[in-house]
Amino acid sequence: MVRPLLGLLSLLAFANHARAEPLRPYRIVKGEIPASLSGKPGDAAKGRAIVVDRQTGLCLLCHSGPFPEARQQGDLAPSLAGAGSRSSVGRLRLKIVDSRALNPATIMPSYYRTQGLAQVAKAWEGKPVLTAQQIEDVVAFLATLKTP
Amino acid sequence: MKRALVIAALGFSLAAGLAVAASDPRRSGFDFMSRETQAMQKDDFSNPGMLWVQDGADLFKARTGTSGKACADCHAEPSMKGVAARYPAFNAKTSRPIDLQGRINQCRLDRQGAPELPLEGHDLLALTAYVAQQSRGLPVSPATDPRLEPFRRQGEALYKKKLGQLNFSCADCHDANAGRRLAGAPIPEAHPTGYPLYRLEWQALGSLQKRMRGCMSGVRAEPYGYGAPEFVAIELYLMSRASGMPMETPGVRP
Ligand code: HEC
Ligand code: HEC
Repeated sequence: MVRPLLGLLSLLAFANHARAEPLRPYRIVKGEIPASLSGKPGDAAKGRAIVVDRQTGLCLLCHSGPFPEARQQGDLAPSLAGAGSRSSVGRLRLKIVDSRALNPATIMPSYYRTQGLAQVAKAWEGKPVLTAQQIEDVVAFLATLKTP
Repeated sequence: MKRALVIAALGFSLAAGLAVAASDPRRSGFDFMSRETQAMQKDDFSNPGMLWVQDGADLFKARTGTSGKACADCHAEPSMKGVAARYPAFNAKTSRPIDLQGRINQCRLDRQGAPELPLEGHDLLALTAYVAQQSRGLPVSPATDPRLEPFRRQGEALYKKKLGQLNFSCADCHDANAGRRLAGAPIPEAHPTGYPLYRLEWQALGSLQKRMRGCMSGVRAEPYGYGAPEFVAIELYLMSRASGMPMETPGVRP
């Protein structure tokens, strides 16, 4: 009996760790983070790779989207197709950094947050899910997802 | 040959046992599985968990410890029927709830004069599976001792507490999103009816606590240790949530 989904949940646990770096400050203006978190532009191709990688971006655990190579996609959240048409870049950035700022009841994790979390596994203590530059890459990629 | 006979003797028909009433909206993890995996659970000859049950039957009869007594010297086999369906129970000695594995270990210490078996080790899982298999098909019937109530409430609070770097509670997945797909895998309702059970992913039998530790590391939380009071409290809550659903031990899961 072959298991296609070998240990979905355990995969998450051993994911690549974002390096521990102090979080960079950011400013929220009218439901957006207008400035790049890293101070540099994002790389959309790298961003796409992060989004489809179940151990780094984790996005497809919950979302689906235009990723024909990713066989296992989630349906806990809306499809990412057209995300770049629905939101500005600054809003996409805030969505990834701290989704709760837009919807306090959301289940989407805050990707750039280390405080106010309970019982974080030792390997992840003090680390955000993604680094500032990884988030910029993801945002650059999402911005390319236009509704046809 | 001998094994086949033992397994046949232990098993009783599940044909009518698994389904809850049609009007009951609750679904066992069994209902979310493929037909092949369901068939594997239902047939004692293909259910790998039965190998542990058989080892448990042997251990139940084995004399051990300074007392030289076997479990079977104190408990006739039918007396184990229904026990797993009402655990965790209140343990007067510690004034806390105790789960089935803890109870078996307590008998070893106090009655057999034998050392406790390691949690999640083969022998304790086998004994637990053997005892719990005798409740198969019976409805989960949580113990009614009022002294359990604060612990059950603690379990419920822990079930609803957000944990880990990804900041999820058990309820976020198993109440709010049960039936949806997490990266393609259906999220079950977290009913504890099949434990200890055989997971294809583990290639082994494992306890409910092992399952919960997996969910906790999935959200990048530091899991509670085996036997932790937090786990026993969550077990109490899950059993009350599954009250009336049929026991399935040994279950099979993907
Ligand atoms: C655990 C679940 C979960 C994960 C993981 C997750 N999201 Fe989300 N996301 C949601 C939910 C639910 C919504 C719906 C709106 C809300 O709840 O705020 C959402 C909304 C969004 C939106 C807005 C969708 C729209 O309508 O345009 C974007 C963009 C987005 N997510 C991107 C991502 C990206 C990129 C990742 C990974 C880096 C990710 N999400 C990871 C649950 C998740
Ligand atoms: C991010 C989602 C998520 C969270 C949070 C989560 N689980 Fe799970 N759980 C799952 C999935 C998915 C499965 C199905 C098994 C698999 O394929 O990995 C599962 C399986 C289970 C099962 C097995 C049910 C069966 O039929 O055997 C139990 C029990 C359980 N979880 C309890 C819990 C408890 C208790 C918590 C909190 C400590 C928790 N889960 C947190 C996703 C989650």
